Amino acid sequence: MTDSKYFTTTKKGEIFELKAELNSDKKEKKKEAVKKVIASMTVGKDVSALFPDVVNCMQTDNLELKKLVYLYLMNYAKSQPDMAIMAVNTFVKDCEDPNPLIRALAVRTMGCIRVDKITEYLCEPLRKCLKDEDPYVRKTAAVCVAKLHDINAQLVEDQGFLDTLKDLISDSNPMVVANAVAALSEIAESHPSSNLLDLNPQSINKLLTALNECTEWGQIFILDCLANYMPKDDREAQSICERVTPRLSHANSAVVLSAVKVLMKFMEMLSKDLDYYGTLLKKLAPPLVTLLSAEPELQYVALRNINLIVQKRPEILKHEMKVFFVKYNDPIYVKLEKLDIMIRLASQANIAQVLAELKEYATEVDVDFVRKAVRAIGRCAIKVEQSAERCVSTLLDLIQTKVNYVVQEAIVVIKDIFRKYPNKYESVIATLCENLDSLDEPEARAAMIWIVGEYAERIDNADELLESFLEGFHDESTQVQLQLLTAIVKLFLKKPTETQELVQQVLSLATQDSDNPDLRDRGYIYWRLLSTDPVAAKEVVLAEKPLISEETDLIEPTLLDELICYIGTLASVYHKPPSAFVEGSRGVVHKSLPPRTGSSESAESPDTAPSGGPAADQPSVIPTQGDLLGDLLNLDLGPPVSGPPMATSAVQMGAVDLLGDSLMGGSGGSFTPAPSTTAPTNVGAPLGSGLGDLFDLTGGVGTLSGSYVAPKTVWLPAMKAKGLEISGTFSRQVGSISMDLVLTNKALQVMSDFAIQFNRNSFGLAPAAPLQVHAPLAPNQSVEITLPLNTVGSVMKMEPLNNLQVAVKNNIDVFYFSTLYPLHILFVEDGKMERQMFLATWKDIPNENETQFQIKDCSLNADAVSSKLQGSNIFTIAKRNVEGQDMLYQSLKLTNGIWVLAELRIQPSNPSFTLSLKCRAPEVSQYIYQAYETILKN
Amino acid sequence: MIHSLFLINASGDIFLEKHWKSVVSRSVCDYFFEAQERASEAENVPPVIPTPHHYLLSVYRHKIFFVAVIQSEVPPLFVIEFLHRVVDTFQDYFGVCSEVIIKDNVVVVYEVLEEMLDNGFPLATESNILKELIKPPTILRTVVNTITGSTNVGDQLPTGQLSVVPWRRTGVKYTNNEAYFDVIEEIDAIIDKSGSTITAEIQGVIDACVKLTGMPDLTLSFMNPRLLDDVSFHPCVRFKRWESERILSFIPPDGNFRLLSYHVSAQNLVAIPVYVKHNISFRDSSSLGRFEITVGPKQTMMPKSVLNMTLTPSQGTHVFDPVTKLLSWDVGKINPQKLPSLKGSVSLQAGTSKPDENPTINLQFKIQQLAISGLKVNRLDMYGEKYKPFKGIKYMTKAGKFQVRT
Repeated sequence: MTDSKYFTTTKKGEIFELKAELNSDKKEKKKEAVKKVIASMTVGKDVSALFPDVVNCMQTDNLELKKLVYLYLMNYAKSQPDMAIMAVNTFVKDCEDPNPLIRALAVRTMGCIRVDKITEYLCEPLRKCLKDEDPYVRKTAAVCVAKLHDINAQLVEDQGFLDTLKDLISDSNPMVVANAVAALSEIAESHPSSNLLDLNPQSINKLLTALNECTEWGQIFILDCLANYMPKDDREAQSICERVTPRLSHANSAVVLSAVKVLMKFMEMLSKDLDYYGTLLKKLAPPLVTLLSAEPELQYVALRNINLIVQKRPEILKHEMKVFFVKYNDPIYVKLEKLDIMIRLASQANIAQVLAELKEYATEVDVDFVRKAVRAIGRCAIKVEQSAERCVSTLLDLIQTKVNYVVQEAIVVIKDIFRKYPNKYESVIATLCENLDSLDEPEARAAMIWIVGEYAERIDNADELLESFLEGFHDESTQVQLQLLTAIVKLFLKKPTETQELVQQVLSLATQDSDNPDLRDRGYIYWRLLSTDPVAAKEVVLAEKPLISEETDLIEPTLLDELICYIGTLASVYHKPPSAFVEGSRGVVHKSLPPRTGSSESAESPDTAPSGGPAADQPSVIPTQGDLLGDLLNLDLGPPVSGPPMATSAVQMGAVDLLGDSLMGGSGGSFTPAPSTTAPTNVGAPLGSGLGDLFDLTGGVGTLSGSYVAPKTVWLPAMKAKGLEISGTFSRQVGSISMDLVLTNKALQVMSDFAIQFNRNSFGLAPAAPLQVHAPLAPNQSVEITLPLNTVGSVMKMEPLNNLQVAVKNNIDVFYFSTLYPLHILFVEDGKMERQMFLATWKDIPNENETQFQIKDCSLNADAVSSKLQGSNIFTIAKRNVEGQDMLYQSLKLTNGIWVLAELRIQPSNPSFTLSLKCRAPEVSQYIYQAYETILKN
Repeated sequence: MIHSLFLINASGDIFLEKHWKSVVSRSVCDYFFEAQERASEAENVPPVIPTPHHYLLSVYRHKIFFVAVIQSEVPPLFVIEFLHRVVDTFQDYFGVCSEVIIKDNVVVVYEVLEEMLDNGFPLATESNILKELIKPPTILRTVVNTITGSTNVGDQLPTGQLSVVPWRRTGVKYTNNEAYFDVIEEIDAIIDKSGSTITAEIQGVIDACVKLTGMPDLTLSFMNPRLLDDVSFHPCVRFKRWESERILSFIPPDGNFRLLSYHVSAQNLVAIPVYVKHNISFRDSSSLGRFEITVGPKQTMMPKSVLNMTLTPSQGTHVFDPVTKLLSWDVGKINPQKLPSLKGSVSLQAGTSKPDENPTINLQFKIQQLAISGLKVNRLDMYGEKYKPFKGIKYMTKAGKFQVRT
């Protein structure tokens, strides 16, 4: 007698038979039939055809039957909205039932039926249930508000349910409080601007009381909510911490991690001198260690979070290295995470142990893991200087094993060690060269070639080695080709006499026979450098390289601080802020750690500085988010940028001849510069852009991007502000937004003590620094100020969207004005979408979100338009010519992560363009259009 | 919150789906299947998988993937903990948790899942509350139900649902009142080639089986509570009392539950109760190798190229599975006078070079009446009820993840 009988069918046709049974007079038979229907539903069969028959069974005293029908309704009501109305009466009646279980069940089910007509009927019963005498009903009703909000947000606001929900936070029953908090958090997530969870010391106190008494799941919701609170001083922070600490001993790991989040965040406010600070640090370690004895899936999430925690506060787990040692039957995803944390915790004190472990791992079976272990040894060498020697000898031992992938990985990391400790371990080069033949992976080959080129003067047969690679030049990957080109040029500069032929060979291979613009460009640069100015060539090619350090694989400090606020969430698993992967329309408020208060901070080491500060004591190395050091040397191997139009082949040939001659002529290493007049001018183009490429290595992208800046306008006339006149404009340069102001004193007295504040606005614009007017402003004097802005302020939707309300204070009074900012200051530099992504997103956004605009009287052609827009971070992804008109497909991203996709149609004869915008948040479209118009017309 | 749940068996069939909000098409699982294909073994499927519009969080237990679909930012630990709770509940309801048993009880499973989450928020996850709402199927009840037409679904609000002690139902009655506590400790350790301990730690739990009438209030005290500095309690334990007096004071749930789990870290030296002497060598020239192990019931995974092994144990039985290359040796009891050993030769695949990796020995053992950390219960007192319960306590030490590298 098992339920599997419900899956059996007869030949007559299942649906037909079920229909008959559902309409049977016998209760028992009816129930069995409904069970069969449910069973089919669970395996994904479509039984919606039975809708009327099942709903007919709803009016019954049998609770099980009722529940089963409800289950069915929830699944299929949406597909048959008209029929679903039939159920309304029963629901309304059940909401009055004396049994609280049935009342709760009815209100719960109604909320799950996502049919508009039903929601109208739901309001009255829901209002009643929110005030029900039975807490079980109240707590169910609280969740129902969240459901309803998901279906019809406006209705919930109009009916005042949000206020009732807020009142429930003060409910006497902790379970009700927890559910109210959970519901409010969910609603707030889709409405970042609505200040739903208005936390103040009183409500915090209530939450902390409920925290002790509610269920484990409720504790998670409450803790996550607490983490958003900003205590007013260190004393309050400490008292909250004290009340949260007991949660660290909870059996539910999610509770533990949420508690860790609250503590990590509020700890930021505590002074390091406090005894309590030390106690708290000590208390954090054991629960984190305990998380590692849980199931592997939990371990994985815990490890990703511990990775953040050890970067922020390494002192917490510095003695716990051993718990991260890998067991051979750990799942691979746990192994890799453990390895990463081991490196982060490695220090002089424990390096011997770590190395012994890593060596052990390098002999395991799993290839991925072995590779990472070998890389880890290299990272240890770079991180702990004292261990470098031991690491190198360990790596050599591993190379001796001759296991192919171990050897290749070892060579990649030895290259990094060479860079970190130049002229120290070159004695091992001989051993490396022995393994040349076994290298078949591009990265390892490139690393080996780099080593040979870099130390060409010490390797007797460097030319032979490199020549051997040259044979299959065209079969190599770009990475290897580029590296080979550079290495041979290096070799040539070091041993010019013997290697002329080789260098010519490689230059012609790179410039003539390759389709890769990167390779060609680099070939031309070298060629020209070598032929015009060998000294400069030496300076460029053999330049001193910046040191590498272990800091390179750390998460950038400001991002780390943000991620600490997201401990326990998906963001912490991906090590990306939610804005990077939660869809833009949801809108995300940036979180930041609270600044430290307390008195003695300034006297201490730099890392006690307010949390904005840690960036300041970063080493001068460029921190990248890359996982492994391997990335470092590949700086110059970035993805191929689409090259400029190439010189025609005839010109190319000419150039080759010319340069070739000069190379031949310049025997003995000194070159006669090729007369520049005879050099084809076209060579200049690839050359210039190639150089640009080179300089990009250090400069980073977008240095030249400065978007259009409107002329200043008067924002605050002197008459309205007791003689202070303010005019200004907004600008965006190199990724930072600023407000350029001119303050003019038109009064008769001196003005001083200026300060500025913004009201909450749609995009969270806020001053990034205080308004600095250094000297008092004398009468009839004016001063120009650039006020840097950021977008991490609080968010509130304004009307119009780009409205900014500003308050300026001086020694005389406070003045208010409001201004509209052009939206293009919010277009970020990384707003270029992948082609594929663009297509997918364009299709994905519903057509009703598309809006069309006309841009009139614009005489630019498509290329000029696209370059002009690019200056303001509107990126052209593709250009098509359809029936004589140019179509530009463009993307841009706003600071809050909203993507806007655009299609710009340009007809050569017609000066007005058609702009179609698609965006998940259609309300911004109009302002984007305005921005387009401003940029294009100026 | 949690949007939907899919249960997927080892061969990649979705055999149950449940949606708590709108219906998510099962095609979302394709991303999961992709990841499953990429992973070499089922255990290695990553627990968090991003897809363009959803996130898939999964746990793998009893050869079934429990895949939760979420749409917005949710603490992943919350989801994973919940999934484990679902598995535990099934196990509690049906004795075992397998595809067959879930299919056999699909309606109950569905009802239970509906009761556990509402709109993705956990509703009732305590097993005693669930059991009052939906009674677990037993043969007797099925028979009675068919005759009388009554149902498996309780029609009263469970009493525990809202009380301050949600884990205990009221009106419990027993003729024999008993309370048993099992102190079970597992040693997780890695021992290196030379026999020295690389890491060792103890994961301890106190599992209780309490069958007491009424609302008893228990206190449990330890001889050496200072050992317990890293503990996780069942919600019933009063944390304040533990902080101030180091006494466990609680109103117990009815039946079986885990009162406490604790962790004794590597710093407190753990004395390893067994040792292993081994000598495993592969020779380069011939296709033979030597194999010798002394002590311990164990499991060894041999390298791929090992064809077979000829071994003679001094006691116990051993099996070598040539497919999985797993050698298991069940030793039985260890007699300190005459240590068990397993000796013999290994035959390797001819022609291949000798294996690069050495096998790892996985050790399983049990020691009765000993808690290796030295934890001892002092006394158990009961307040609030008049009768005298029968009390019992057991200690046991087991090997957890105990590995010896060779």
